[in-house]
Amino acid sequence: MLEVKGLTCGYDRRFLLQDINFKVRKGEFLGIIGPNGSGKTTLLRAITKVLRPEKGEIILDGKDINHYGFKELARKIAVVSQKVDSFALNLTVKEYVLLGRIPFRKRFQFLETRRDKEIAHKALAITGILSLAQRPIAEMSGGEKQCAIIARALAQEPQVLLLDEPTTHLDIGHQIKILDLIRKLNKERQLTVIIILHDLNLASEYCERLLLLRGGKIYRMGSPEEVLTYPIIEEVYGTLVVVKKSPVSSRPLVCLVPEGIQNASKG
Amino acid sequence: MDRKLFHWIIWIFLLSGLLLAVGLFSLCIGSSSIPIKEIISLPLTDRHTTEYSIIFDIRLPRIVLAFAVGGALSIAGVIFQGIFRNPLVEPYTLGVSGGAALGVCLSIVFKLNRIFGFNLFPLVGFLGALLAIFLVYLISSRQGTLKITNLLLTGVMMSFICSSLIMLIMAISRLEDLHGIIFWIMGSLEECDWMLIKIALLVAILGIFISLFFAQDLNAFSLGEEEALHLGINVERTKKLLFVFASLLTGASVSVSGIIGFVGLVVPHFVRMFVGQDHGILLIASGLCGGMFLILCDTLARTVMAPLELPVGVITGIVGGTLFVYFLSKRQLILGTKGA
Repeated sequence: MLEVKGLTCGYDRRFLLQDINFKVRKGEFLGIIGPNGSGKTTLLRAITKVLRPEKGEIILDGKDINHYGFKELARKIAVVSQKVDSFALNLTVKEYVLLGRIPFRKRFQFLETRRDKEIAHKALAITGILSLAQRPIAEMSGGEKQCAIIARALAQEPQVLLLDEPTTHLDIGHQIKILDLIRKLNKERQLTVIIILHDLNLASEYCERLLLLRGGKIYRMGSPEEVLTYPIIEEVYGTLVVVKKSPVSSRPLVCLVPEGIQNASKG
Repeated sequence: MDRKLFHWIIWIFLLSGLLLAVGLFSLCIGSSSIPIKEIISLPLTDRHTTEYSIIFDIRLPRIVLAFAVGGALSIAGVIFQGIFRNPLVEPYTLGVSGGAALGVCLSIVFKLNRIFGFNLFPLVGFLGALLAIFLVYLISSRQGTLKITNLLLTGVMMSFICSSLIMLIMAISRLEDLHGIIFWIMGSLEECDWMLIKIALLVAILGIFISLFFAQDLNAFSLGEEEALHLGINVERTKKLLFVFASLLTGASVSVSGIIGFVGLVVPHFVRMFVGQDHGILLIASGLCGGMFLILCDTLARTVMAPLELPVGVITGIVGGTLFVYFLSKRQLILGTKGA
């Protein structure tokens, strides 16, 4: 589905990402993890053509993304951002979600087609915010806003969904709700998901494979069991952890070790 | 029928009707008021009456020009606020008007009108505006990308430099020139050259069509540049095209009528409060509303203290500002009823 080959990329000739190679299968749920500044968001921005790669290529469905038109690419890849821009807060949820149909509009086409409306309706329904459709975004809670952003991305009818820390500002209830929703979309629609997560335990629970970045390079790539081991995490994040098996899913569970306890166990 | 289409048609009809009413009202009143009945039958009667020449040679040209300039400035305002995503930006923020004013100042001081024997102001004004646009664009674009914050800062600086240079010229120029400079800068819609008025109208009409071509892009921009790109907009190209286009629209208006402030700032906000954020209807409604607003202000400017004529920019500021603040304070109310 998506293949990144020898990607080197950065800002103003400082190369943040160096020689990145990986493949994502159709319908896969891939997590990208790594410390701050390791290049997670940069990688996402390269895939969406926000940044031009210095070297290497990114191949989507057998075709280099540089050979896609902007609209054509937007009909394949949708991005879920962290928050709604303040300039868009006056829109109603429905208007906001309908913006996701822009890649399908023609010039001078001002009205939504029936199909546009149906798709927006479905996106609102599956994200559970249909009842809020006529309300302004500004009045919604953080979790509801995140649902609206996902609904807008779904209105693009993408094959690949990219998410940049979609759960950062949410409580645990909403974190689970959002990730369950994404997993459901992944399973039911064969949607390929590439998601950046900071919370290693959420990454462990939901992702089939993890890509661990360190200093702009791939440090490890594999199943959560392969990547989330205590030597790897301590090396990359520079902090002590204890990795256990989750009693619920038997996936790796990363426990943090605060300084006080470190000293106590030494003593 | 589609609800959105219905909403749009209602607004377009309403505003067109109001525009027509304001236009007719403006034709009627003035130093000699002519009843509306006479105006309607006027085109059929004798061409050599005083009424005929008052209406067709004095009032109608002003109304048409006010419509064109008001409309073009408002559309430019919508575009600028759209790409900068900044509610304080207006067509004059980026130094376009400063460039035009500087051009005109120089031509007044060097008496170019007398040397060439015809009214050179629109031409030098437009050249000045072009030069300002060109410089701002050149300075703020780097490696093929146009950074919005750079553009804004460069534009504001350009504006300051131009106005300082104008003040310098005013400080050292003679009294008669000073008078000309001040009058031009304050802006006026008194223009007797039909050719120029027709050009201004053509620019405004082209302005609305071309801007509608970009309506979807502007909608996408309201989410931010990166999000717009995710929605399949060629952000860099669109930004450049829209900047140049809106600047040209502004430059053309300023060079015909001088610096008439406030229209391009206040009308887009005002219209947005009522018709919503979709740039399709926002552009059309702003064009109509801006035209109507300027006709109204110009009518006030020439009648309030008649026979003394006030600068129209004074009226746009006072009327527009007051109305805007009033509606801003009532906005909760308006949005509330709309949401229910």
